[in-house]
Amino acid sequence: MKPRYEALAQRISARFGDRLSAVDSTCGELTYELDKADLLDVALRLRDDEDFRFEMLVDVCGVDYLTYGKAEWQTEEATSTGFSRGAVPENIVPDDDATFEPRRFAVVYHLLSISGNYRLRLRVFTGPDNPPVVPSVVEIWSVANWFERETFDLFGILFDGHPDLRRILTDYGFIGHPFRKDFPLVGNVEVRYDPERSRVIYQPVSIEPRTLVPRVIRDDNRYSDDLKDESA
Amino acid sequence: MTEIQNYTLNFGPQHPAAHGVLRLVLEMDGEVIQNADPHVGLLHRGTEKLAESKPFNQSIGYMDRLDYVSMMCNEHGYVLAIERLLGIEVPIRAQYIRVMFDEITRILNHLMWLGAHGLDIGAMTMFLYCFREREDLMDCYEAVSGTRMHATYYRPGGVYRDLPDEIPRYEPNRWRSKKEIARLNRNRTGSFLDFIEDFTVRFPGRVDEYETLLTDNRIWKQRTVNIGVVSPERAMQLGFTGPMLRGSGVEWDLRKKQPYETYADVDFDIPVGVNGDCYDRYLVRIEEMRQSNHIIKQCVDWLREHPGPVIVDDHKYAPPSREQMKGEMESLIHHFKLFTEGYTVPAGEAYAAIEHPKGEFGAYIISDGANKPYRLKIRAPGFAHISSMHEMVVGHMLADVVAVIGTQDIVFGEIDR
Repeated sequence: MKPRYEALAQRISARFGDRLSAVDSTCGELTYELDKADLLDVALRLRDDEDFRFEMLVDVCGVDYLTYGKAEWQTEEATSTGFSRGAVPENIVPDDDATFEPRRFAVVYHLLSISGNYRLRLRVFTGPDNPPVVPSVVEIWSVANWFERETFDLFGILFDGHPDLRRILTDYGFIGHPFRKDFPLVGNVEVRYDPERSRVIYQPVSIEPRTLVPRVIRDDNRYSDDLKDESA
Repeated sequence: MTEIQNYTLNFGPQHPAAHGVLRLVLEMDGEVIQNADPHVGLLHRGTEKLAESKPFNQSIGYMDRLDYVSMMCNEHGYVLAIERLLGIEVPIRAQYIRVMFDEITRILNHLMWLGAHGLDIGAMTMFLYCFREREDLMDCYEAVSGTRMHATYYRPGGVYRDLPDEIPRYEPNRWRSKKEIARLNRNRTGSFLDFIEDFTVRFPGRVDEYETLLTDNRIWKQRTVNIGVVSPERAMQLGFTGPMLRGSGVEWDLRKKQPYETYADVDFDIPVGVNGDCYDRYLVRIEEMRQSNHIIKQCVDWLREHPGPVIVDDHKYAPPSREQMKGEMESLIHHFKLFTEGYTVPAGEAYAAIEHPKGEFGAYIISDGANKPYRLKIRAPGFAHISSMHEMVVGHMLADVVAVIGTQDIVFGEIDR
């Protein structure tokens, strides 16, 4: 990590203590996780305090950690039939339960300080509530308005205090939140023109999802400390 | 006497000045805008979700299709994020090639912007002038990548292949006279770099031509001066980046402030505006074209003298050459693994931002150690810009909406993703 960022990390830990917990990032970028109750207070201080001055919110995005670390090819034998190269799609049932796994949904904020020329990443987990809710930062950075609308649209995360939380990218009247991991890549409905009713209609998708390249996770000795190649 | 009420006007989605599929719902009091509500997403293709289902390299082509007038810059952001996760160092020659093509792309983008913006607010000729120069740069794209637009030229670890020795020439045909063919081929006799150098010599004169048509043009100034004024404080609040931010007088350019590739070693200036109106943003972009031209020239000089590899020699990420693949078992295995499964990327997350012609283009990748990204988020500059549409057009006339759409340099490929 660059010394400039180390100094920033020290200032942050001095200012916020254990309210922000640093995440080990592989790429020298500062990342912190915080509780969603602290978000507004921390964000406001990060923007206004002389030590930080993060004038800009560069990006807000949602993440669904439902299938994190799961590979499709954990099998010992190969199949000889069908598409999808032996990857059997795991049947993910959309959970209609009242609660989620608390670390399933996260909202990630990328901050940029123009006067100090550094970046910072904040991650807030939504907790077990269904639907997931996070406080809105629109009052702090105006640009958050559309970014939060997008996150709501794609992940179904609600932003408490957002002035106008409408869908933004998907179709008018769309059902579901397409970037959740339990939403199929091919979608649930397709549209076509129906000559009999002489209008465009929605119907269940007629194509089957298939895997062209299975998702694999290799225990690569170049990345693992205890498996490191002696000669490397 | 009947009371006059506000009315709602639907602008687009099929409107030539909407730069794609923008639907603007405008609430108007006479001809004055009271409220503007842009509806986007009509071009949403789920690029980020698609990327989650593909090995890393197979998504590079999708990046071209985001902002489809600055193709290689999109690739650059994505590839840079992967390289950061993998921790690989790109050969210096590849870095210079990337810088050169980023700047070629910047000129391509700004020419497209200038032509379309001019066309929208009444300067028809600009479009024809700009497309004349775009054609030469498109030929450069075609010469290195085989395609005029969707290049897929940048790869993690470098670029797909080295610069070609020559630029394709026009063949004799029955529709053009010999003289005409000879004229078209005049600057195509030398190497590829000669062709680009010839362009950089010609181009400042061409920018002067554009400026003669517009900069002091009374109508142009009436349409752009004091339209869509944004203060520097608001520009930062609204997440503006690139020429939109610089037009408001904030000196911020990632190429200077957080240099990537070899931008620290090339000489160029950052133009900034004063008033933050459409006219200042026009001046900023015009000057950026001149600066880009200057950078390209420096890259050409460097590339001439420094041959070398253009992609990493690690066949875990970059495929071996065809010859090697046919001759060595090890290379064959690498080739097979790369093209059937791809490479796995260590678990972690990275955000790589580049100074895209439109602003800050960032790719945020979360990897869980698989051969596909777990989550890819594309930070598109246009998305932040268009979200400020209401603030920029309120109180202006209907015709100024077109000027503001033009000045925001909107392309729906990246906004809707």
